[in-house]
Formats: sequence, structure tokens, C-alpha cells
Amino acid sequence: MGDTGPAMAEGDSAPASLKAPATEPPAIELQGIDKRFGAVHANRAVDLRIDRATIHGIVGENGAGKSTLMNILYGFYQADSGEIRVAGRSARIAGPDDAIAAGIGMVHQHFMLVHNFTVLENLLLGAEERFWVRESFAAARRSLEEIERDYGLEVDPDAVIGELPVGRQQRVEILKILFRGAETIILDEPTAVLTPQETEDLFRILGRLKAEGKTVVLITHKLQEIMAVTDRVTVMRDGAVVGNVDTAETSREQLAEMMVGRKVLLRVEKTPAQPGEPVLSVSGLTVRDAAGRARVEDASFVVRAGEILGIAGVSGNGQSELIEALAGLRTPAAGKIALRGVPLEPQDGPHSLRHKGLCHVPEDRLRMGVVAAFDASETAILGFHDDPAYNGRLLSRRGEIVAHCDRLMSAFDVRPGQPLLRTGSFSGGNQQKLVLAREIERDPVLLLVGQPTRGVDIGAIEFIHRRLIEMRDAGKAILLISAELEEILALSDRIAVMHEGRILGEMPAAQADPQRLGLLMAGITEDAA
Amino acid sequence: MSSGALPRWADVVLIPAINLLAALAVAGLLVVIVGESPWVALKALIWGAFGSWDQIGYTLFYTTSLVFTGLAVAIAFHCGLFNIGGEGQAMMGGLGVALVCLALDGWPWPLLFPLAVLGAVAFGGVFAFVPGYLQAARGSHTVITTIMFNFLAAILLNYLLVEVLIAPGEQSPQTIRFDEAGHLPFAYELLGALGIDSGRSPLNISFLLALGVAALVWLLLWRSRWGYELRCVGANEQAARYGGISPGRNVMIVMTISGALAGLMAVNEVMGAQHRLVLGFTAGFGFTGIAVALMGRNHPIGVILAALLFGALYQGGSELAFEIPTFTSDMVVVIQGLVILFSGALENLFRGPIEGWFQRRRLQEAQAAEAAEAGAAEAPG
Repeated sequence: MGDTGPAMAEGDSAPASLKAPATEPPAIELQGIDKRFGAVHANRAVDLRIDRATIHGIVGENGAGKSTLMNILYGFYQADSGEIRVAGRSARIAGPDDAIAAGIGMVHQHFMLVHNFTVLENLLLGAEERFWVRESFAAARRSLEEIERDYGLEVDPDAVIGELPVGRQQRVEILKILFRGAETIILDEPTAVLTPQETEDLFRILGRLKAEGKTVVLITHKLQEIMAVTDRVTVMRDGAVVGNVDTAETSREQLAEMMVGRKVLLRVEKTPAQPGEPVLSVSGLTVRDAAGRARVEDASFVVRAGEILGIAGVSGNGQSELIEALAGLRTPAAGKIALRGVPLEPQDGPHSLRHKGLCHVPEDRLRMGVVAAFDASETAILGFHDDPAYNGRLLSRRGEIVAHCDRLMSAFDVRPGQPLLRTGSFSGGNQQKLVLAREIERDPVLLLVGQPTRGVDIGAIEFIHRRLIEMRDAGKAILLISAELEEILALSDRIAVMHEGRILGEMPAAQADPQRLGLLMAGITEDAA
Repeated sequence: MSSGALPRWADVVLIPAINLLAALAVAGLLVVIVGESPWVALKALIWGAFGSWDQIGYTLFYTTSLVFTGLAVAIAFHCGLFNIGGEGQAMMGGLGVALVCLALDGWPWPLLFPLAVLGAVAFGGVFAFVPGYLQAARGSHTVITTIMFNFLAAILLNYLLVEVLIAPGEQSPQTIRFDEAGHLPFAYELLGALGIDSGRSPLNISFLLALGVAALVWLLLWRSRWGYELRCVGANEQAARYGGISPGRNVMIVMTISGALAGLMAVNEVMGAQHRLVLGFTAGFGFTGIAVALMGRNHPIGVILAALLFGALYQGGSELAFEIPTFTSDMVVVIQGLVILFSGALENLFRGPIEGWFQRRRLQEAQAAEAAEAGAAEAPG
């Protein structure tokens, strides 16, 4: 998403006069919040002031303490010291119940909805006031209609949650909070699962909430969203607040610098691609899940040496199944896959494909890419553990394995550089660097990369992007799958969009813009539009 | 298993020790209830296990069997499998040993020993391979199948010993006594040859086999490519698939090895001590192996130590029942059960508070370090 989406206009249109006058107490005030988890100092004497009827952004890298802070405000954790003031009065929040009673609601990254209940039933969960549910339902339906009218949040009260698109489910979460009478609404990474159009819808709703006098706290790591909708931003680093700025007076570059503590290159610098021979050719690929549903349907594309093909799409539209089929982890139901012109055999699995020069950075690093219980040096040879370099005649060569890990760690700046440390003890970003190092340093012909920077800090993102471009420039073929449209746009030379298992369109990156990709991601093709 | 919240020594030594003390405390209450002094009982227990060369010999003899069955459970655990079939696999191992010894009756033991080991490994291994195959190919869970296979082994052995292998003219279900030449040398015989008097006990050279096998298991698990694969399957099956490691293949192999280890227990019992195949020779040691592995943190050294503990309980317990008549052998089983309960099922009972204590201590250290840093920063200015 660019800097100049329509959403930005929405955010800017909020007149500054709506900000509460200085005499009115702020909606939320945190003073000296301090929290430790064992040796980790998650929040260091945090002071935060959130004015009423504003949209307040909180940014920071993973582990900067923003989620901890909000979970303290919502009552999931108790601060070791410090004070919470709601609307000027000191509040004791010992649990989410207290938070709700104090008018604070939270939309979690993973929705807390019952999938086979209707909207109305979900709304009423935990708020059934009368003995007879029927009476509660009638009352709830009336107040739901009121809320919908006030905030422009139309949702069919009788729709079953599981059948609603993700964007609608999120609306139900917001409705749920408003229904409980919340004055302050915390949203944790709300756009991670949305298409660009759904994101715009959400931002419009947030603008409406603000106009009606509600206070919105937006936790995100996407700086362009901060710039688009917020009035004020708080930047956190290492558990402490490093700055409070008016959105109008800052820039993405400045925010990134505050987050990381040094200058960060947000744009990926790259020269035009020099595509060579086709390395991966896929035609008519269909992949079915265990229930027989087609998750990938009739997909055809080519990845050439020296280029990055990006596959955009909202998560869950078949990208995972596609990359797993290509990596030999799923058996395709139909179609052909050829590596450097040689068709893959049906018995080809991850093992033989690695020998043919295909490396794979899996989307879900914890589930697949690393073994948390192994020490780092063991994780660093996963998939290559039968390499003669690591094995003597009977026993493995530990010294060799540790030295290999040492090399990977220094090449990719994995911290701490301790090959014998348990993999699970490394931060997400460092685990990801270890996985990337393992796959990239093998010098593969084709690299499949899924979500290379999911859960990774800005500083590391910059580094990972640079390595991928370097690899491309070295003449390797790269297939990139990412839920971050920005990442797809920044890295890819060509972009294909997946929707419900089909590849709806393919275009050179130069011709792609968020608007056009967003329509395809929502399944709207040009001839249909 | 460790969550990383504890220093290693606390995880490996402190918690098992506290669990053991808690079990003994509750056992002491029971002793008081039957009207005896817990101190007398404890002394009888410890004296019974370690009081003389005889008794130490018996303790180590039981330890030997438990090392084998404990290792069997431990290695399966590293591959994410729970092998409850150690009892049945040990029975089958006994059949293998007995068949070798009966077929080659009269051979000298040094020739017979490797063949009997092979027999135990083959019978125990094949018997455990079947549940492994059923899980890999058909998805039948090994917990269920290995339990059922215990019954199969018991019934098969019962039939063979009553109908086929029974010694002629014998009333009780057991084979003929093997020829003297094929008996494994007892420890007291070997030590006696060196002029050391060590009483009389069934402790035999299988004890050394157990220690050697424990070392091999360690090498296999942490120093071999295949150990890497099986641990990977146990720790994260998805990652194993991603790494080109076949979970099914590893499940079958590890179950086979697990069964072979359990089967080796029969070398100690059948060839080393009883010199015939007797119905029920496993005496529940296959099941106790689960507790041994659990308490030994599935590490070969831990398994050896835990086996020593349970061996001592077994030996000391039977002496206790002998010394104090009101204390029946059932009560001894209760004490063993308490140790299993506290070190196994209630393993996390004291873990939480102990972790909390260590965390608070670390927190205080961190605060003290920060205060010291702040002080140091202020001092020059």
C-alpha cells in the first residue's frame, strides 16, 4: 500500500478541533508502568497519554513492549508498578472484566469469536443479562441496530460467523466491544488479515468512531497505516517510550528511525532484473486438501533465473498449498512442475528436490522451519543433515556442524551468535535469519520463500530484503509469497495474484499498484469489473 | 521437557530429589498408620538395599533389568512415542533367549552370550516393530497397540510354557534348566576369582552389558545422523517432513530398537539368574521402566540413576517386608507406587513453586545489577 491511499485522506479529514481541549482529562493515562517477565524488562516506566476522541497509534518492533503495555491496560497482565487512569480517575484493572467495566475494549489479532454461532449470539456471549436468552436477544437486536446506524457498521445479525469474510468478522469484534459500551477501543495489528479494500473500510469505520467521540488505540508495525489514520503516535523501543509525536509532523522515515534507533532504508534499492532461462515451470497445477477441495486450481507460471516472482493474495487463498506442493510436501492432484526443463518425478520429495537445487524457506517458521528444542547448530542443518560433510562413518561430526552454524551466524548476523543455544531461545527475527541463512547459503538454483519477514524487526527486514535481491542478482530464481503487499511490491519483478486457489492475473511489477492488486486479491478481475 | 526457566542442575537433581522426599514422607505416614516407626522402616529399607555385598548385588541385579526397560521407554520418547509395551517385549525377549539357550544347550556361555543377546533383540524388536508399523502405515496409536500386545505376549508365553516348552514331568509352567556351561558368570564368581568375597547374588555380567548399551543409546541419540532424524520427528514432525525425514520410517525403526532394548532385560533374568524360562519372569519391570525413564528425564545417565533408585526400592522393599512382618509386600508396592506417583504423575507438583523461586531470585539479581550499573554511571559524574 502506498502513502497516498484514499484512507489517508480519511485520516486527514478529521479536523484537529475534535481533539479534546487541554482541560478535559485524557481518555487513558498510564503513569510509570513497569513490568518484568523474569529477566526480561518488558515495560520500563512507561508514561502514555491518550486523548479522548483521537486515534492513537503505538508502533515499535517485535518485543518493544507494545503488546505487553496494552495487555496490562486490558487486564491480562498486572503491572509490577505504575498507575492506570481512565478519564482522569485512577482505575484498578485486575482482569478483562474490570477493563470492560472501565469502558476499555480490545480487538485481538486472532478473533475471539465462536464460529458456528450467529453474529447476534456472539455479541451476547458473556453479556446475557436475563434468565431467558430470548429476552436478551430481543434487547440485543435493538441495540445492535442502533449501533449499526450510529457507526455505519452493517452486519447481518443472523449471519453465521464462519460464513462471513474476515473483514466482516472483524466488524463483529468491534460491534461486540461497542455493544459492551466501550469508550476506548484497542486494536492489535488489525490489518494483518485484510485486503487493501477491507483495510480502507476499517479505517473509515475508525474515523467514524472518532467522530462519535470514541477513542481508538491502534497497535501496528505498518508505518503507512499509522500515517494514514492516526492523530498521534507513540513509539516504543526496548520496553520504553522513545517518542510521542503528532502524525502530521512526522514521516515514516522518522518513525522507523525512532523504532530501530538508527537510520533505516525503507525502499529496497535494486536494479532492473536480468531474467534468463526458465528455472521453474508450472502448468495446470491443481492441489487438493484432505477433504478433496481444490486449494490450488489450474495454476500456471514460470520463474526465470535472475528474477523474483511475487505471489500476492490474502492469506489462505492457496499460497501455502502452492509453495508446499512445489517443495514436495504435498502431492499435486494434476499438473506439471519442471525444474530447469526437467519434469519432477512423482516420487520427488523434499529430500530429492534439495539435491536438485531447490531450497525452501517455509511460511511458518515455528511449525516447519526450525526445531525449537534443537540447538541452533542442529536446526542449521535441517534438511541437509545427511550431507557427507557432517557425517563420519558412524557418528556425526559435531565440530563440523557447529563450525557450519558459526559461519551462517556471522554471515547473517544472527544474535546471539551461539550455535549451542536452544533454537527456541532466539527471537523470531533471529530464527528467521538462521532459516534464511541455511537455505540461501546452499546456493540453490531456485529459492521458494514464504513470508520472509513475518514477525521480523524492521532492521532485519532491511537485511533480509537486501540478501534476496543479491541472490536474484546472482542469477537465482526466486518465488516469493507474502501477505505483505508492500513487500511483494518492493521485491518482485513480476507479480501474480492468487484468489481462492486461482492465479487471477500476472503483471510486471512496474505496472502494479495497490489498487489494481487489491481488486484482484478480492477476486475482481478486470473483465468482470 | 525443560522449559528453560530452571538451571539444569535444579531440573535434573533438585526436583527429582524433592519428589522422592515427598514420596518417602507420605510413605512414612503409611508406616505410622500401620503402627510402626517410619525411621525403623526407612533404615530397614536402606539397609535392605545397601547393607551388605549380597544386598548391593541384588539391588544392582534389579537395576540391570530396569536400565534396559527404562532405555526402551526413553528412546521411544525421543521420537515422540510412548512405548507401554516393554513388559510384553521383555517376555518375547525371554522367549528368544530361551530358544537360543535350549537349542544350543551345552555350549559354553561366551559363545552363547552373543547369540542369546541376538535372540532377545530379535524377538523383542520384531514384537515391537508390529505396533510401529501399524502406527506408521495405519495410524493405530502405539499407546493402544503396545498395551494390547502385552496381553498377546502373556497369552503366547502362557501357551508355550504350559503346552510346548514345559519341562517333562514338571508341574509349574517353566522350561528345563539350561546346562551349567551356558550360565552367565555371576559377579560374585568373577570377583571371587580375583580373591574378593562379595557374598552371593544373581548380579551377573549383564550389568556391564546394560552400561554399554546405555552408552550406545547416548551415542545413537546425540551423536549420530539417525539420532538426529528420530529426535527431529519427536520434536517437530512438520519440520522433519520439511527436512525430508520420513516420520513413518523413523517410527518403525525406533519402535524396533525400543522393543529390542526391552527384550535385553531377559538376558539378565533368564540367562543370568533363573537359567530357565519361567512364566511371569518379567515381574512388572517392563512397566516400571516407564517410571524409570520419566524420572531419568529420558537421558541414559538419568535412566541408570533412576534404575538404581527403583532397584534399591525393590530390593530394600522386600527386605523390609521380611524384617517387619506387619509391613506386607503389598505395602512395599504401595511405596514404589508413591515414588512413581510423585516422580511421574505429580512431576509438576513442585516444579511451579521452584520455578517461581528461581525467577524471583533472577529478578532480584537483575534489579541489583541494574542498580549497580546506575550507581556506577552516577559515580564518575
